[in-house]
Amino acid sequence: MKKLAAFSSGLLFALGLGISGMTQPQKIIGFLSGFLNGFSNWDYSLIFVMVGAIAVHALTYGLIRKRKSPLLDVSFHVPNRTDITPQLVLGSAIFGIGWGLGGYCPGPAITSLASGNSSPWIFLISMIGGMYLHQLVKDRL
Amino acid sequence: MMSSIIRAILGGALIGAASSLMLLTLGRVTGISGILNGVLGLEKGQMSWRSFFLLGLVCGGLILNYLAPEVLNNSLNYPDIRLVAAGLLVGFGTVLGSGCTSGHGICGLSRLSIRSLIATLTFMLLGILTAGIL
Repeated sequence: MKKLAAFSSGLLFALGLGISGMTQPQKIIGFLSGFLNGFSNWDYSLIFVMVGAIAVHALTYGLIRKRKSPLLDVSFHVPNRTDITPQLVLGSAIFGIGWGLGGYCPGPAITSLASGNSSPWIFLISMIGGMYLHQLVKDRL
Repeated sequence: MMSSIIRAILGGALIGAASSLMLLTLGRVTGISGILNGVLGLEKGQMSWRSFFLLGLVCGGLILNYLAPEVLNNSLNYPDIRLVAAGLLVGFGTVLGSGCTSGHGICGLSRLSIRSLIATLTFMLLGILTAGIL
């Protein structure tokens, strides 16, 4: 049952990414680069992906968290840290550079594997490499 | 432009609903970098639900590719080396920063997490600078 729930969530998530435009790196790059390029012919529609996603999730979040536990587990596993660390800021900055460089973030890259285009494959394999690289050096960070 | 906005809102709502389904059933945050990192065995904990989430993402991609292949189109034609650099940075950065666009940008902001707000502002700013300059 847990597996079915996780699979369904992943499936819905991918469809949402595809419908919203997030799986088109040219849209991501166009949106991000518009800020420095004077907003000429700027496609700002991607702002509304976040609006739609947060509206639905924030509204249901409160209702779901009123429960003592989720349907299929004994407790919630939601992060509750509030400390702002150098790792958080530096890691997010590095992620932002990579996102602006390739136009892919993790979800859209995995969803786009089915396209047969080599770009998401090259990106994803490198991304996994980056995760292993972090594992190698994390004790020094 | 209007149809782009409507699709963005509808697609976004679906992403939010998928995250709520995950929270309601498994009590988990839908953070895709964290889920992938977990499957790679780099994080403690059970990996089976994570694998099935990723399988769902891939199957969703197959459905999109069948019904509307144009939404998976990448017309940028970036050289492979640029994609390799981008992937390395995204992989390293999301683990170091504990999240990406989904975990911080959607789930974190929805629960008003201060860490996720700082993370989202940071990766948006650097994404804007990088895409604008390079």
